Amino acid sequence: MNAITPTRRNFLQSASLVLGMTLPLGKAASAAPAQSGLPFAPNAFVRVSPDNLVTVIIKHVEFGQGPATGLATLVADEMDADWSQIRVEMSPANDPLYKNLAFGTMGTGGSTAIGNSWLQMRSAGASAKAMLVEAAAKRWGVPAASIKVSKGVVSSGRRKASFGELAADAAQLKPPEKPVLKTPDQFTLIGRDTPRVDSVAKTNGTAMFTMDIQRPGMVHSAIAHPPAFGGTVKSVIDSAALAVPGVLAVKTIPHGVVVYARDSYAARKGVAALDVTWDLSKAEKRTTEELYAQFAEAAETPGKPVEKTGDTAAALRGAAKKLEAVYQFPYLAHAPMEPLDAVLEMNGDRLDVWLGSQFQVGELTAIAATLGVPFEKATLHQQFAGGSFGRRVTPAMEFAVEAALAFKAWGKGPVKHVWTRENDIRGGRYRPLAVHVVRGGLDPSGKIVAWDQVVAAQSFMKGTPMEGPELKNKGIDDALTEGIAESYKFANHYVGQHIMEAGVPTLWWRSVGNTHTAYAVETFVDQLLEMAGKDPVAGRLELMEDPRTRAVLARAAEIAGWGSKPPAGRARGVAAWKSFGSYVAQVAEVSKGADGLPKVHKVWVAVDCGIAVNPNVIRAQMESGIGYGLGHALYSEVELGEGGIVKQENFDSYRSLRIAEMPAVEVAILASDANPTGVGEPGLPPIAPAVANAWRKLTGKAVRRLPFAVGGRA
Amino acid sequence: MATDFTLNGKPASFDGDPETPLLYVLRDHLGLTGTKYGCGIAQCGACTVHLDGKNRRSCVTPVSMVSGRQVTTIEGVAGKEAEAVHNAWVAIDVPQCGFCQSGQVMSAIGLLRIKKKPSDSDIDAAMAGNICRCATYVRIRQAIHDAAHALEA
Repeated sequence: MNAITPTRRNFLQSASLVLGMTLPLGKAASAAPAQSGLPFAPNAFVRVSPDNLVTVIIKHVEFGQGPATGLATLVADEMDADWSQIRVEMSPANDPLYKNLAFGTMGTGGSTAIGNSWLQMRSAGASAKAMLVEAAAKRWGVPAASIKVSKGVVSSGRRKASFGELAADAAQLKPPEKPVLKTPDQFTLIGRDTPRVDSVAKTNGTAMFTMDIQRPGMVHSAIAHPPAFGGTVKSVIDSAALAVPGVLAVKTIPHGVVVYARDSYAARKGVAALDVTWDLSKAEKRTTEELYAQFAEAAETPGKPVEKTGDTAAALRGAAKKLEAVYQFPYLAHAPMEPLDAVLEMNGDRLDVWLGSQFQVGELTAIAATLGVPFEKATLHQQFAGGSFGRRVTPAMEFAVEAALAFKAWGKGPVKHVWTRENDIRGGRYRPLAVHVVRGGLDPSGKIVAWDQVVAAQSFMKGTPMEGPELKNKGIDDALTEGIAESYKFANHYVGQHIMEAGVPTLWWRSVGNTHTAYAVETFVDQLLEMAGKDPVAGRLELMEDPRTRAVLARAAEIAGWGSKPPAGRARGVAAWKSFGSYVAQVAEVSKGADGLPKVHKVWVAVDCGIAVNPNVIRAQMESGIGYGLGHALYSEVELGEGGIVKQENFDSYRSLRIAEMPAVEVAILASDANPTGVGEPGLPPIAPAVANAWRKLTGKAVRRLPFAVGGRA
Repeated sequence: MATDFTLNGKPASFDGDPETPLLYVLRDHLGLTGTKYGCGIAQCGACTVHLDGKNRRSCVTPVSMVSGRQVTTIEGVAGKEAEAVHNAWVAIDVPQCGFCQSGQVMSAIGLLRIKKKPSDSDIDAAMAGNICRCATYVRIRQAIHDAAHALEA
């Protein structure tokens, strides 16, 4: 952390201007004792060097969704920098300076990166620009108002200077109290397809991930985890493992048995050669089928209400037509391309950690505490992360703790601790298995007069430090039922939830509860509309109240040519869903594939995520949400077999979407003047129900159990 | 006994278990980390390299098998197809998390060397072994077509 809080003397010595950092040091640091940490400094994000490069400090992890590009764009636009002079650097782990304003600690999730940074990063850029302008005004003896800044050039009349040339002068100035932000008509980069900052490095192989870190004297570790959740190590016979060439040691930690070796291959071979006797007496032994049955039984009873309007039971009794469905959603692994990994090293009393951390301060704190190192002596070297989809952090930070314990047990130098794909698929922290029981009723005119929906699933927040007051005091976890009650309003409307207990560890997974709530609501309402003889788009528009959801639905229908006849052998389905403050509607065109599963040809998307900071990144995230959502909906399930043992273990059995299965995607971004909201997750929820609705039209089969490969073949 | 081979045009040698897959030799011993581990069982393609110019999954290729042969990784791949693929990839911002992209790029270059103008089904077949969990597939397809088009010009 010290590296980013230089004194003024350091600035001058390095002849480098760290604009933002002069604010807290100049004003607040003198008033606050040194130990209290730095105050929140909204502009600790910009560094201009004499070689005219502008470095933007990125507080969010870059694991694909584009925040590094987005945050740099916000700064560059307000500075009127030239995009070619922009560089990015990952911030250190420092909550006072770099916390997610939506979380109160550093972290990336809930599609919050752009939203929480919107004013903060723009202010940082505007402040930097104002200081450069003032420096130029002083140097040239002209009024600041006469100065223009465009594409990294500061000018007044014939006089011109680059940011780099003004950096040293600007470093002597005080930042403005309240930097003036641009009005949207003045944006030069926001709203344009600014190229990603990481595309070149990620194309030519030079991008560094945690897995690529090499340290002098480093050993590689791999781990054997218990075969069932809740199991522990009883005894280990490690002679065969130790006999593997390159294997150096075998140690037992609470998480499992760790093998250390000269390379990662020997470490994995060593793990395979271990003879471990596990204590499974406290392990979760129920199978997926048993969990489904028990969860379904619970979901037949009302549970804790999250929505209760009118008298749903009476309305159902009096309904002219009724529909009832039980939905089953499996456990799902996130399976990011880069499995979980970390590199740890001690140098004297200082700890260095290389990690693509999703919660930088939380993970570094957990590692430092595990090793008995004070936080101030610990440094996080934040890396690109090879995907996450929610997997890279858990409320208990247990991977960070596992890596720290593996490092500690070795005790002889740097360790690179890497999970295999098998560790990843079998390692738990899944999207929770869920059962929905849904009942709906129509009156003789076809109006939906009753909606009753009960969800049974585990809560991954319960009992953790991240447990909110509603969960703690009322026992209601919004993640189980999110979006259901808000999607449509009915005169008689009941939504309830049961928090179920199971020994399988679960977690947020790209779009969280919306992964199943959107599916249940959007397929069920589609079927009720069909029973009422109504068009899926027109029928939804009659029901929907939220103007932004209505607008995306209408737009998606328009670009898809909804109402025109699809090509022979194909059908179209639609779904619309709001999540994380963004609104997405999708129309999917589907035929029957040779494997008896849906072949999705094209998806038309309309998205309203407020001001579009980078339309190309938004389109990419719609594509990504669709591909990720579709792959899991069609093929993926983590299934607990006999004794609670996970049946899948790698991409051969945990099937991923492949290129031939990816539909064409056409995206319309709705114009908006609302503050931007996220796009990493909201593209996912509508795809599975849109495909399911097309599939029902095509085959008559209403798919109630996911994936389609299990519950939807026709 | 050491295994000798040519790596990115230069002599390379590995003195260890000859059954060690090439992937771990490249990454852990020779410091070329652009080639990635994703599954270890030739299911994801993140480890794709060129062996004598052809696409090969290095995670299931014992280093003994490359003895005396030419290995090319993302760090060393060159030529007009490589240039066209790199340019096409960057032009439309294909990568998201980026972890699979070395393998995608190597597979795409390998395809364009044997098929000047690949059809969509050629691309489906050649790229079927490369998983992208971010699902950048729409852009991978587009970039391959763009690269083929650039090579034609």
